[in-house]
Amino acid sequence: MLAMSYRGPQRVRIDQKPMPEILHPQDAIVRVTRSCICGSDLHLYNGNVPDTRVGETFGHEFIGVVEEIGPDVHKLKVGDQVIVPFNIACGECTFCKQELYGNCHESNPQATAVGGIFGYSHIAGGYNGGQAEYVRVPYANVGPTVIPDWMHPDDAVLLTDVVPTGYQAAEMGGIQKGDTVAVFGAGPVGIMAARSAWLFGAGRVIVFDQEEYRLDFVRKFAQCEAYNFKSIEDPVVFMKKTTDSLGADVCIDAVGAEAAGSAMQTITGRKLLLQAGSSTALQWAINSAKKGGIVSIVGIYGPTGNLVPIGNVVNKGLTIRANQASVKRLLPRLIEHIRNGVLSPRQLITHHIPLEEISDAYRIFSDKLDNCIKPVLIPPSARI
Amino acid sequence: MENQEKDYSHIKGWGIDADPKNDPTYPMRKRSNDEHNGYGWKRPPQQPIDIEVLHSNERPNVTAVFGTSAPPSGLSGMIRRYAFRYGEGSFAHWLPLLMADRVNVVEGILDDFRRGRVPNIFAERGGKAEWKHNPKGMVQKVAIGVVVVTAVVALLSRRSRSSES
Ligand SMILES: NC(=O)c1ccc[n+]([C@@H]2O[C@H](COP(=O)([O-])OP(=O)(O)OC[C@H]3O[C@@H](n4cnc5c(N)ncnc54)[C@H](O)[C@@H]3O)[C@@H](O)[C@H]2O)c1
Ligand SMILES: [Zn+2]
Ligand SMILES: [Zn+2]
Repeated sequence: MLAMSYRGPQRVRIDQKPMPEILHPQDAIVRVTRSCICGSDLHLYNGNVPDTRVGETFGHEFIGVVEEIGPDVHKLKVGDQVIVPFNIACGECTFCKQELYGNCHESNPQATAVGGIFGYSHIAGGYNGGQAEYVRVPYANVGPTVIPDWMHPDDAVLLTDVVPTGYQAAEMGGIQKGDTVAVFGAGPVGIMAARSAWLFGAGRVIVFDQEEYRLDFVRKFAQCEAYNFKSIEDPVVFMKKTTDSLGADVCIDAVGAEAAGSAMQTITGRKLLLQAGSSTALQWAINSAKKGGIVSIVGIYGPTGNLVPIGNVVNKGLTIRANQASVKRLLPRLIEHIRNGVLSPRQLITHHIPLEEISDAYRIFSDKLDNCIKPVLIPPSARI
Repeated sequence: MENQEKDYSHIKGWGIDADPKNDPTYPMRKRSNDEHNGYGWKRPPQQPIDIEVLHSNERPNVTAVFGTSAPPSGLSGMIRRYAFRYGEGSFAHWLPLLMADRVNVVEGILDDFRRGRVPNIFAERGGKAEWKHNPKGMVQKVAIGVVVVTAVVALLSRRSRSSES
Protein backbone atom coordinates (compact mmCIF):
# COMPACT_ATOMS: atom_id res chain seq x y z
CA MET A 1 0.00 0.00 0.00
CA LEU A 2 1.03 3.64 -0.36
CA ALA A 3 1.97 5.48 2.81
CA MET A 4 3.70 8.66 3.80
CA SER A 5 7.21 8.09 5.13
CA TYR A 6 9.16 10.51 7.32
CA ARG A 7 12.80 10.79 6.19
CA GLY A 8 14.11 13.68 8.31
CA PRO A 9 13.36 17.32 9.13
CA GLN A 10 11.21 18.76 6.31
CA ARG A 11 11.68 15.59 4.23
CA VAL A 12 8.67 13.36 3.66
CA ARG A 13 7.69 11.15 0.74
CA ILE A 14 5.30 8.48 -0.36
CA ASP A 15 6.55 4.87 -0.19
CA GLN A 16 5.23 1.37 -0.70
CA LYS A 17 4.74 -0.23 2.72
CA PRO A 18 3.36 -3.58 3.89
CA MET A 19 -0.37 -3.72 4.65
CA PRO A 20 -1.20 -3.28 8.35
CA GLU A 21 -2.38 -6.36 10.23
CA ILE A 22 -4.63 -7.11 13.16
CA LEU A 23 -2.25 -7.37 16.12
CA HIS A 24 -4.73 -7.29 19.00
CA PRO A 25 -8.23 -8.76 19.34
CA GLN A 26 -9.78 -5.27 19.54
CA ASP A 27 -8.04 -3.97 16.38
CA ALA A 28 -9.67 -2.98 13.13
CA ILE A 29 -8.11 -2.22 9.76
CA VAL A 30 -9.51 0.88 8.10
CA ARG A 31 -9.14 1.82 4.43
CA VAL A 32 -8.59 5.55 4.41
CA THR A 33 -10.85 7.72 2.26
CA ARG A 34 -9.60 11.10 3.48
CA SER A 35 -6.84 12.30 5.78
CA CYS A 36 -5.53 15.71 6.73
CA ILE A 37 -2.29 17.45 7.55
CA CYS A 38 -2.52 19.25 10.89
CA GLY A 39 -0.58 22.01 12.63
CA SER A 40 0.50 19.26 15.02
CA ASP A 41 2.18 17.43 12.14
CA LEU A 42 4.36 20.47 11.57
CA HIS A 43 6.10 19.94 14.91
CA LEU A 44 7.07 16.45 13.68
CA TYR A 45 7.82 17.66 10.15
CA ASN A 46 10.28 20.22 11.50
CA GLY A 47 12.07 17.54 13.51
CA ASN A 48 11.28 19.21 16.82
CA VAL A 49 9.64 16.25 18.56
CA PRO A 50 12.11 13.81 20.14
CA ASP A 51 11.79 10.11 19.18
CA THR A 52 10.41 10.76 15.71
CA ARG A 53 11.84 7.81 13.81
CA VAL A 54 12.66 7.59 10.11
CA GLY A 55 10.11 5.50 8.22
CA GLU A 56 7.13 6.38 10.42
CA THR A 57 3.86 7.31 8.74
CA PHE A 58 2.19 10.45 10.12
CA GLY A 59 -1.49 11.35 10.10
CA HIS A 60 -3.87 11.45 13.05
CA GLU A 61 -6.88 12.91 11.22
CA PHE A 62 -8.59 10.38 8.97
CA ILE A 63 -11.86 8.73 8.06
CA GLY A 64 -12.38 5.54 6.14
CA VAL A 65 -14.10 2.22 5.63
CA VAL A 66 -13.72 -0.73 8.02
CA GLU A 67 -12.00 -3.49 6.03
CA GLU A 68 -11.32 -6.07 8.72
CA ILE A 69 -12.05 -6.49 12.43
CA GLY A 70 -10.43 -8.44 15.25
CA PRO A 71 -12.35 -11.17 17.14
CA ASP A 72 -13.31 -8.87 20.05
CA VAL A 73 -14.67 -5.99 17.96
CA HIS A 74 -18.44 -5.87 18.25
CA LYS A 75 -19.33 -2.19 17.81
CA LEU A 76 -18.22 -2.03 14.17
CA LYS A 77 -18.74 -4.20 11.14
CA VAL A 78 -16.87 -4.55 7.89
CA GLY A 79 -18.04 -1.85 5.47
CA ASP A 80 -18.86 0.77 8.11
CA GLN A 81 -17.72 4.29 7.26
CA VAL A 82 -16.07 5.71 10.34
CA ILE A 83 -14.70 8.86 11.93
CA VAL A 84 -11.54 7.80 13.77
CA PRO A 85 -10.70 10.15 16.69
CA PHE A 86 -7.01 10.99 16.84
CA ASN A 87 -6.73 9.65 20.41
CA ILE A 88 -6.13 5.95 20.93
CA ALA A 89 -8.11 5.11 24.07
CA CYS A 90 -8.84 1.82 25.82
CA GLY A 91 -12.10 2.90 27.45
CA GLU A 92 -11.24 0.93 30.60
CA CYS A 93 -8.51 2.76 32.46
CA THR A 94 -9.36 5.29 35.16
CA PHE A 95 -8.60 8.18 32.82
CA CYS A 96 -10.79 6.91 29.99
CA LYS A 97 -13.55 6.36 32.57
CA GLN A 98 -13.37 10.10 33.29
CA GLU A 99 -13.66 10.74 29.55
CA LEU A 100 -10.05 11.89 29.44
CA TYR A 101 -9.66 10.00 26.15
CA GLY A 102 -6.52 11.95 25.29
CA ASN A 103 -4.87 10.68 28.46
CA CYS A 104 -5.41 6.91 28.22
CA HIS A 105 -2.95 4.89 30.27
CA GLU A 106 -3.01 1.79 28.06
CA SER A 107 -2.03 3.09 24.65
CA ASN A 108 1.40 4.69 24.85
CA PRO A 109 4.32 2.78 26.38
CA GLN A 110 6.92 5.42 25.54
CA ALA A 111 5.54 8.33 27.56
CA THR A 112 3.10 8.57 30.44
CA ALA A 113 2.52 12.27 29.78
CA VAL A 114 0.28 11.65 26.78
CA GLY A 115 -2.01 8.90 25.50
CA GLY A 116 -1.49 7.13 22.19
CA ILE A 117 -2.05 9.16 19.01
CA PHE A 118 -2.09 7.85 15.46
CA GLY A 119 0.95 8.77 13.41
CA TYR A 120 2.49 10.95 16.05
CA SER A 121 5.99 9.55 16.55
CA HIS A 122 7.14 7.32 19.38
CA ILE A 123 6.42 10.03 21.90
CA ALA A 124 2.76 9.08 21.34
CA GLY A 125 3.04 5.32 21.02
CA GLY A 126 4.82 4.70 17.72
CA TYR A 127 1.67 4.06 15.67
CA ASN A 128 1.58 4.43 11.93
CA GLY A 129 -0.96 7.05 10.92
CA GLY A 130 -3.59 7.81 8.35
CA GLN A 131 -1.61 9.55 5.61
CA ALA A 132 -1.74 6.16 3.93
CA GLU A 133 -4.15 3.83 2.19
CA TYR A 134 -4.76 1.61 5.21
CA VAL A 135 -4.35 1.98 8.98
CA ARG A 136 -4.43 -0.34 11.96
CA VAL A 137 -6.93 1.09 14.48
CA PRO A 138 -6.55 -0.29 18.03
CA TYR A 139 -9.44 -0.35 20.54
CA ALA A 140 -11.94 -0.23 17.69
CA ASN A 141 -14.90 -0.53 20.10
CA VAL A 142 -14.03 2.77 21.76
CA GLY A 143 -12.98 5.54 19.37
CA PRO A 144 -14.33 4.94 15.86
CA THR A 145 -17.79 6.38 15.29
CA VAL A 146 -20.00 5.58 12.30
CA ILE A 147 -20.46 8.59 9.99
CA PRO A 148 -24.15 9.58 9.77
CA ASP A 149 -25.33 9.08 6.20
CA TRP A 150 -26.29 12.75 5.78
CA MET A 151 -22.81 14.00 6.69
CA HIS A 152 -20.35 15.34 4.10
CA PRO A 153 -17.02 13.49 4.31
CA ASP A 154 -15.14 16.81 4.53
CA ASP A 155 -17.10 17.65 7.68
CA ALA A 156 -16.51 14.13 9.01
CA VAL A 157 -12.74 14.27 8.62
CA LEU A 158 -12.58 17.55 10.54
CA LEU A 159 -14.42 15.90 13.43
CA THR A 160 -11.38 13.68 14.05
CA ASP A 161 -9.49 16.61 15.58
CA VAL A 162 -9.90 20.22 14.46
CA VAL A 163 -13.53 20.79 15.43
CA PRO A 164 -13.35 19.08 18.85
CA THR A 165 -10.01 20.73 19.60
CA GLY A 166 -11.26 24.23 18.82
CA TYR A 167 -14.49 23.57 20.69
CA GLN A 168 -12.66 22.18 23.71
CA ALA A 169 -10.33 25.19 23.71
CA ALA A 170 -13.40 27.38 24.22
CA GLU A 171 -14.97 24.95 26.69
CA MET A 172 -11.84 24.85 28.85
CA GLY A 173 -11.93 28.63 28.94
CA GLY A 174 -14.96 28.31 31.22
CA ILE A 175 -16.50 31.17 29.23
CA GLN A 176 -19.31 33.01 31.01
CA LYS A 177 -21.91 35.03 29.09
CA GLY A 178 -20.45 38.33 27.98
CA ASP A 179 -16.78 37.33 28.41
CA THR A 180 -14.11 38.77 26.17
CA VAL A 181 -12.17 35.91 24.58
CA ALA A 182 -8.78 36.38 22.90
CA VAL A 183 -7.68 33.61 20.53
CA PHE A 184 -4.04 33.43 19.47
CA GLY A 185 -3.72 31.69 16.11
CA ALA A 186 -6.05 31.65 13.10
CA GLY A 187 -5.12 28.21 11.89
CA PRO A 188 -7.90 25.61 11.63
CA VAL A 189 -7.85 25.12 15.42
CA GLY A 190 -7.92 28.83 16.31
CA ILE A 191 -10.67 29.45 13.76
CA MET A 192 -12.83 26.72 15.33
CA ALA A 193 -12.02 28.01 18.82
CA ALA A 194 -13.18 31.51 17.85
CA ARG A 195 -16.38 30.15 16.31
CA SER A 196 -17.05 27.95 19.37
CA ALA A 197 -16.47 30.78 21.85
CA TRP A 198 -19.79 32.28 20.72
CA LEU A 199 -21.60 29.03 21.45
CA PHE A 200 -20.53 29.39 25.06
CA GLY A 201 -21.89 32.93 25.15
CA ALA A 202 -18.77 35.05 24.62
CA GLY A 203 -19.45 38.77 24.42
CA ARG A 204 -16.47 39.60 22.27
CA VAL A 205 -14.05 37.41 20.32
CA ILE A 206 -10.67 38.73 19.17
CA VAL A 207 -8.24 36.69 17.05
CA PHE A 208 -4.53 37.30 16.35
CA ASP A 209 -2.41 35.89 13.53
CA GLN A 210 0.11 37.15 11.00
CA GLU A 211 -1.40 35.66 7.84
CA GLU A 212 -3.73 38.21 6.28
CA TYR A 213 -5.72 35.59 4.33
CA ARG A 214 -6.43 33.62 7.49
CA LEU A 215 -7.50 36.77 9.32
CA ASP A 216 -9.89 37.57 6.46
CA PHE A 217 -11.30 34.07 6.65
CA VAL A 218 -11.80 34.02 10.41
CA ARG A 219 -13.47 37.43 10.38
CA LYS A 220 -16.16 36.06 8.09
CA PHE A 221 -16.35 32.47 9.30
CA ALA A 222 -16.38 33.25 13.02
CA GLN A 223 -17.90 36.76 12.81
CA CYS A 224 -15.19 38.09 15.10
CA GLU A 225 -12.53 40.78 15.28
CA ALA A 226 -9.16 39.75 13.88
CA TYR A 227 -5.81 41.53 13.96
CA ASN A 228 -2.42 41.07 12.38
CA PHE A 229 0.14 41.06 15.17
CA LYS A 230 2.84 42.09 12.71
CA SER A 231 1.19 45.47 12.36
CA ILE A 232 0.72 45.90 16.11
CA GLU A 233 3.70 46.87 18.19
CA ASP A 234 2.75 44.82 21.22
CA PRO A 235 -0.33 42.56 21.13
CA VAL A 236 -0.51 42.51 24.94
CA VAL A 237 -0.67 46.29 25.20
CA PHE A 238 -3.20 46.24 22.37
CA MET A 239 -5.38 43.77 24.31
CA LYS A 240 -5.18 45.86 27.46
CA LYS A 241 -6.14 49.02 25.59
CA THR A 242 -9.14 47.39 24.02
CA THR A 243 -10.42 45.99 27.33
CA ASP A 244 -10.37 49.17 29.40
CA SER A 245 -6.84 48.21 30.59
CA LEU A 246 -8.09 45.07 32.34
CA GLY A 247 -7.27 42.24 29.93
CA ALA A 248 -9.34 39.45 28.39
CA ASP A 249 -11.44 37.16 30.59
CA VAL A 250 -10.27 34.14 28.63
CA CYS A 251 -7.16 33.72 26.48
CA ILE A 252 -6.69 30.73 24.18
CA ASP A 253 -3.34 29.53 22.83
CA ALA A 254 -4.11 27.88 19.49
CA VAL A 255 -0.58 28.23 18.11
CA GLY A 256 1.86 26.04 20.01
CA ALA A 257 5.53 25.42 19.41
CA GLU A 258 5.80 26.90 15.90
CA ALA A 259 4.89 30.41 17.11
CA ALA A 260 6.34 33.47 15.38
CA GLY A 261 6.46 37.02 16.70
CA SER A 262 9.52 37.08 18.93
CA ALA A 263 13.04 36.69 17.56
CA MET A 264 14.38 35.54 20.92
CA GLN A 265 11.73 32.82 21.25
CA THR A 266 12.13 31.72 17.63
CA ILE A 267 15.90 31.39 17.89
CA THR A 268 16.00 29.60 21.24
CA GLY A 269 12.88 27.51 20.65
CA ARG A 270 12.74 26.66 16.96
CA LYS A 271 16.30 27.02 15.72
CA LEU A 272 18.54 25.98 18.61
CA LEU A 273 15.96 23.71 20.31
CA LEU A 274 17.06 25.08 23.68
CA GLN A 275 13.38 25.07 24.58
CA ALA A 276 10.56 22.82 23.45
CA GLY A 277 9.51 25.16 20.65
CA SER A 278 8.75 28.85 20.74
CA SER A 279 6.21 29.91 23.37
CA THR A 280 5.47 33.41 22.10
CA ALA A 281 1.72 32.86 21.79
CA LEU A 282 1.45 31.35 25.25
CA GLN A 283 3.41 34.24 26.66
CA TRP A 284 1.00 36.69 25.01
CA ALA A 285 -1.98 34.68 26.25
CA ILE A 286 -0.77 34.76 29.85
CA ASN A 287 0.09 38.42 29.73
CA SER A 288 -3.17 39.43 28.02
CA ALA A 289 -5.44 37.70 30.52
CA LYS A 290 -7.20 39.69 33.23
CA LYS A 291 -6.43 39.03 36.87
CA GLY A 292 -8.21 35.88 37.97
CA GLY A 293 -8.76 34.99 34.31
CA ILE A 294 -8.39 31.70 32.49
CA VAL A 295 -5.78 30.62 29.96
CA SER A 296 -6.80 27.67 27.83
CA ILE A 297 -3.95 25.94 25.99
CA VAL A 298 -4.45 23.60 23.07
CA GLY A 299 -1.28 24.60 21.19
CA ILE A 300 1.21 21.75 21.40
CA TYR A 301 4.69 21.97 22.90
CA GLY A 302 7.52 19.48 23.17
CA PRO A 303 8.33 17.58 26.35
CA THR A 304 11.34 19.47 27.69
CA GLY A 305 10.28 22.93 28.79
CA ASN A 306 9.48 26.45 27.64
CA LEU A 307 10.12 30.01 28.66
CA VAL A 308 6.81 31.31 29.97
CA PRO A 309 6.13 34.13 32.43
CA ILE A 310 5.02 31.82 35.20
CA GLY A 311 5.52 34.62 37.73
CA ASN A 312 2.68 36.52 36.08
CA VAL A 313 0.46 33.45 36.32
CA VAL A 314 1.01 33.50 40.08
CA ASN A 315 0.72 37.23 40.53
CA LYS A 316 -2.43 37.51 38.43
CA GLY A 317 -4.01 34.41 39.92
CA LEU A 318 -4.62 32.82 36.56
CA THR A 319 -6.13 29.40 36.03
CA ILE A 320 -4.52 27.36 33.30
CA ARG A 321 -6.49 24.60 31.61
CA ALA A 322 -5.01 22.47 28.89
CA ASN A 323 -5.25 19.09 27.26
CA GLN A 324 -5.27 17.09 24.11
CA ALA A 325 -8.81 17.18 22.81
CA SER A 326 -11.02 14.37 24.06
CA VAL A 327 -12.56 13.76 20.66
CA LYS A 328 -14.90 10.87 21.45
CA ARG A 329 -16.43 12.76 24.37
CA LEU A 330 -17.41 15.70 22.19
CA LEU A 331 -18.56 13.92 19.04
CA PRO A 332 -22.30 13.59 19.88
CA ARG A 333 -22.71 17.31 20.58
CA LEU A 334 -20.62 18.36 17.59
CA ILE A 335 -22.44 16.04 15.20
CA GLU A 336 -25.66 17.68 16.40
CA HIS A 337 -24.23 21.14 15.73
CA ILE A 338 -23.29 20.15 12.19
CA ARG A 339 -26.70 18.59 11.56
CA ASN A 340 -28.44 21.76 12.76
CA GLY A 341 -26.24 23.96 10.63
CA VAL A 342 -24.70 25.66 13.67
CA LEU A 343 -21.23 24.58 12.57
CA SER A 344 -20.03 24.11 9.00
CA PRO A 345 -16.41 23.09 9.36
CA ARG A 346 -15.77 21.97 5.80
CA GLN A 347 -15.50 25.60 4.72
CA LEU A 348 -11.99 25.40 6.23
CA ILE A 349 -10.82 22.97 3.60
CA THR A 350 -8.97 24.85 0.89
CA HIS A 351 -7.08 21.99 -0.80
CA HIS A 352 -7.85 18.43 -1.90
CA ILE A 353 -4.52 16.86 -2.81
CA PRO A 354 -3.71 13.33 -4.05
CA LEU A 355 -1.90 11.36 -1.32
CA GLU A 356 0.97 10.76 -3.78
CA GLU A 357 1.76 14.50 -3.67
CA ILE A 358 2.38 14.43 0.06
CA SER A 359 5.76 16.21 -0.07
CA ASP A 360 4.23 19.20 -1.84
CA ALA A 361 1.19 19.15 0.45
CA TYR A 362 3.42 19.47 3.51
CA ARG A 363 5.35 22.35 1.95
CA ILE A 364 2.15 24.21 1.04
CA PHE A 365 0.61 23.81 4.50
CA SER A 366 3.84 24.43 6.39
CA ASP A 367 4.77 27.60 4.50
CA LYS A 368 1.13 28.80 4.31
CA LEU A 369 1.37 28.91 0.51
CA ASP A 370 -1.51 29.31 -1.95
CA ASN A 371 -3.78 30.69 0.83
CA CYS A 372 -3.94 27.24 2.40
CA ILE A 373 -6.00 26.77 5.54
CA LYS A 374 -6.62 23.02 5.68
CA PRO A 375 -5.40 20.44 3.15
CA VAL A 376 -7.09 17.06 2.72
CA LEU A 377 -5.25 14.12 1.18
CA ILE A 378 -7.12 11.64 -0.97
CA PRO A 379 -5.56 8.17 -1.48
CA PRO A 380 -5.75 6.68 -4.99
CA SER A 381 -8.05 3.88 -3.80
CA ALA A 382 -10.59 6.49 -2.67
CA ARG A 383 -10.60 8.37 -5.97
CA ILE A 384 -12.21 5.70 -8.13
CA MET B 1 -21.46 40.46 32.27
CA GLU B 2 -21.36 44.01 30.89
CA ASN B 3 -22.47 42.87 27.46
CA GLN B 4 -25.56 40.93 28.39
CA GLU B 5 -27.87 43.51 26.89
CA LYS B 6 -26.25 43.19 23.47
CA ASP B 7 -27.99 41.46 20.62
CA TYR B 8 -26.21 38.40 19.27
CA SER B 9 -29.03 37.12 17.06
CA HIS B 10 -26.79 37.45 13.98
CA ILE B 11 -24.49 34.74 15.38
CA LYS B 12 -26.01 31.34 14.79
CA GLY B 13 -26.02 29.26 17.96
CA TRP B 14 -24.92 32.08 20.27
CA GLY B 15 -24.96 30.87 23.86
CA ILE B 16 -26.47 27.43 23.15
CA ASP B 17 -23.68 25.69 25.03
CA ALA B 18 -23.39 28.31 27.76
CA ASP B 19 -23.60 26.80 31.19
CA PRO B 20 -23.18 28.93 34.26
CA LYS B 21 -22.00 25.80 36.08
CA ASN B 22 -19.33 25.21 33.47
CA ASP B 23 -16.71 25.43 36.19
CA PRO B 24 -14.62 23.53 36.96
CA THR B 25 -14.96 22.50 33.38
CA TYR B 26 -13.19 19.76 31.47
CA PRO B 27 -10.71 18.19 32.29
CA MET B 28 -11.74 18.33 35.97
CA ARG B 29 -15.45 17.87 35.57
CA LYS B 30 -15.73 14.08 35.65
CA ARG B 31 -13.13 13.69 38.36
CA SER B 32 -13.82 10.45 40.21
CA ASN B 33 -10.79 9.90 42.43
CA ASP B 34 -10.77 6.29 41.27
CA GLU B 35 -7.06 6.67 40.77
CA HIS B 36 -6.72 6.58 44.56
CA ASN B 37 -7.20 2.84 44.12
CA GLY B 38 -4.01 2.70 42.10
CA TYR B 39 -3.26 0.91 38.85
CA GLY B 40 -5.91 -1.67 39.60
CA TRP B 41 -8.36 -1.57 36.73
CA LYS B 42 -9.01 -4.59 34.56
CA ARG B 43 -6.48 -4.16 31.78
CA PRO B 44 -7.34 -4.93 28.16
CA PRO B 45 -5.60 -8.06 26.84
CA GLN B 46 -1.92 -7.55 26.03
CA GLN B 47 -0.87 -7.18 22.39
CA PRO B 48 1.89 -9.78 21.92
CA ILE B 49 5.25 -8.08 22.47
CA ASP B 50 7.18 -9.62 19.59
CA ILE B 51 9.23 -6.57 18.69
CA GLU B 52 11.43 -4.42 20.90
CA VAL B 53 9.27 -1.81 22.67
CA LEU B 54 10.99 0.79 24.81
CA HIS B 55 8.83 1.91 27.68
CA SER B 56 8.99 4.90 29.98
CA ASN B 57 10.55 4.14 33.35
CA GLU B 58 7.61 6.00 34.86
CA ARG B 59 5.40 3.00 34.23
CA PRO B 60 5.86 -0.68 35.12
CA ASN B 61 4.99 -2.27 31.80
CA VAL B 62 4.30 -1.95 28.13
CA THR B 63 0.76 -0.66 27.52
CA ALA B 64 -1.86 -3.17 26.39
CA VAL B 65 -1.50 -1.93 22.81
CA PHE B 66 1.42 -0.16 21.16
CA GLY B 67 2.60 0.95 17.73
CA THR B 68 4.96 -1.11 15.62
CA SER B 69 6.00 1.50 13.07
CA ALA B 70 9.75 1.63 13.70
CA PRO B 71 11.35 -0.52 16.41
CA PRO B 72 14.75 0.77 17.56
CA SER B 73 17.61 -0.33 15.33
CA GLY B 74 21.21 0.49 14.52
CA LEU B 75 23.21 3.20 16.24
CA SER B 76 20.12 5.38 16.74
CA GLY B 77 18.45 2.43 18.45
CA MET B 78 21.38 2.10 20.86
CA ILE B 79 21.08 5.77 21.76
CA ARG B 80 17.33 5.43 22.25
CA ARG B 81 17.80 2.44 24.59
CA TYR B 82 20.19 4.53 26.64
CA ALA B 83 17.74 7.47 26.74
CA PHE B 84 14.97 5.29 28.10
CA ARG B 85 16.98 4.64 31.26
CA TYR B 86 16.01 8.16 32.34
CA GLY B 87 12.65 9.57 33.35
CA GLU B 88 10.39 11.77 31.25
CA GLY B 89 11.33 14.82 33.29
CA SER B 90 15.02 14.48 32.51
CA PHE B 91 17.13 16.08 29.78
CA ALA B 92 19.13 12.84 29.84
CA HIS B 93 16.03 11.28 28.32
CA TRP B 94 15.13 13.85 25.66
CA LEU B 95 18.48 15.15 24.41
CA PRO B 96 19.80 11.70 23.44
CA LEU B 97 16.47 11.02 21.74
CA LEU B 98 16.85 14.19 19.65
CA MET B 99 20.39 13.10 18.84
CA ALA B 100 19.16 9.62 17.90
CA ASP B 101 16.62 11.24 15.55
CA ARG B 102 19.44 13.01 13.70
CA VAL B 103 21.58 9.86 13.51
CA ASN B 104 18.49 8.05 12.25
CA VAL B 105 18.24 10.49 9.33
CA VAL B 106 21.72 9.50 8.17
CA GLU B 107 20.81 5.83 8.64
CA GLY B 108 17.75 6.45 6.48
CA ILE B 109 19.86 7.86 3.65
CA LEU B 110 22.33 4.97 3.87
CA ASP B 111 19.42 2.54 3.88
CA ASP B 112 18.06 4.16 0.71
CA PHE B 113 21.42 3.73 -0.99
CA ARG B 114 21.60 0.11 0.17
CA ARG B 115 18.28 -0.47 -1.59
CA GLY B 116 19.69 1.14 -4.71
CA ARG B 117 17.67 4.31 -4.28
CA VAL B 118 19.02 7.84 -4.37
CA PRO B 119 16.71 9.96 -2.21
CA ASN B 120 15.34 12.92 -4.12
CA ILE B 121 15.73 15.46 -1.36
CA PHE B 122 14.47 18.34 -3.50
CA ALA B 123 11.19 16.48 -4.08
CA GLU B 124 10.94 15.27 -0.47
CA ARG B 125 11.18 18.87 0.70
CA GLY B 126 8.25 19.81 -1.54
CA GLY B 127 10.49 21.79 -3.88
CA LYS B 128 7.98 21.64 -6.71
CA ALA B 129 5.23 23.29 -4.65
CA GLU B 130 7.61 25.89 -3.28
CA TRP B 131 8.80 26.77 -6.78
CA LYS B 132 5.23 27.06 -8.01
CA HIS B 133 3.82 29.13 -5.13
CA ASN B 134 6.83 30.95 -3.69
CA PRO B 135 9.62 31.24 -6.30
CA LYS B 136 10.92 34.48 -4.76
CA GLY B 137 11.31 32.90 -1.33
CA MET B 138 13.01 29.90 -2.84
CA VAL B 139 15.54 31.98 -4.76
CA GLN B 140 16.21 33.93 -1.58
CA LYS B 141 16.76 30.73 0.41
CA VAL B 142 19.17 29.35 -2.19
CA ALA B 143 21.03 32.68 -2.33
CA ILE B 144 21.43 32.78 1.45
CA GLY B 145 22.65 29.16 1.34
CA VAL B 146 25.25 30.02 -1.30
CA VAL B 147 26.45 33.06 0.66
CA VAL B 148 26.77 31.06 3.88
CA VAL B 149 28.62 28.20 2.20
CA THR B 150 30.97 30.61 0.39
CA ALA B 151 31.67 32.47 3.63
CA VAL B 152 32.42 29.24 5.50
CA VAL B 153 34.68 27.97 2.72
CA ALA B 154 36.50 31.31 2.56
CA LEU B 155 36.93 31.38 6.32
CA LEU B 156 38.21 27.80 6.47
CA SER B 157 40.66 28.25 3.61
CA ARG B 158 42.00 31.47 5.17
CA ARG B 159 42.43 29.65 8.47
CA SER B 160 44.25 26.72 6.91
CA ARG B 161 46.47 29.16 5.00
CA SER B 162 47.33 31.09 8.17
CA SER B 163 48.03 27.89 10.09
CA GLU B 164 50.42 26.82 7.29
CA SER B 165 52.45 30.03 7.59
N1 LIG C 1 -4.63 19.92 21.96
C1 LIG C 1 -4.99 19.25 20.89
O1 LIG C 1 -5.69 18.25 21.01
C2 LIG C 1 -4.58 19.72 19.54
C3 LIG C 1 -5.19 19.17 18.41
C4 LIG C 1 -4.86 19.70 17.16
C5 LIG C 1 -3.92 20.70 17.05
N2 LIG C 1 -3.34 21.17 18.18
C6 LIG C 1 -2.33 22.24 18.11
O2 LIG C 1 -2.98 23.46 17.86
C7 LIG C 1 -2.05 24.35 17.23
C8 LIG C 1 -2.67 24.96 16.00
O3 LIG C 1 -2.98 23.95 15.04
P1 LIG C 1 -3.39 24.37 13.56
O4 LIG C 1 -3.69 23.13 12.82
O5 LIG C 1 -4.41 25.44 13.61
O6 LIG C 1 -1.98 24.95 13.06
P2 LIG C 1 -1.53 26.06 11.99
O7 LIG C 1 -0.07 25.97 11.89
O8 LIG C 1 -2.33 25.94 10.73
O9 LIG C 1 -1.97 27.42 12.68
C9 LIG C 1 -1.21 28.14 13.57
C10 LIG C 1 -1.43 29.62 13.28
O10 LIG C 1 -0.80 30.41 14.29
C11 LIG C 1 -0.25 31.57 13.67
N3 LIG C 1 0.75 32.13 14.58
C12 LIG C 1 2.09 31.93 14.61
N4 LIG C 1 2.63 32.60 15.65
C13 LIG C 1 1.61 33.25 16.28
C14 LIG C 1 1.55 34.10 17.40
N5 LIG C 1 2.64 34.40 18.11
N6 LIG C 1 0.32 34.60 17.77
C15 LIG C 1 -0.79 34.30 17.06
N7 LIG C 1 -0.78 33.49 15.97
C16 LIG C 1 0.41 32.97 15.59
C17 LIG C 1 0.26 31.05 12.35
O11 LIG C 1 0.42 32.10 11.40
C18 LIG C 1 -0.83 30.06 11.96
O12 LIG C 1 -1.83 30.66 11.17
C19 LIG C 1 -0.80 23.52 16.96
O13 LIG C 1 0.14 23.71 17.98
C20 LIG C 1 -1.32 22.11 17.02
O14 LIG C 1 -0.32 21.20 17.38
C21 LIG C 1 -3.66 20.69 19.41
ZN1 LIG D 1 -4.52 17.35 14.31
ZN1 LIG E 1 -7.66 4.17 28.72
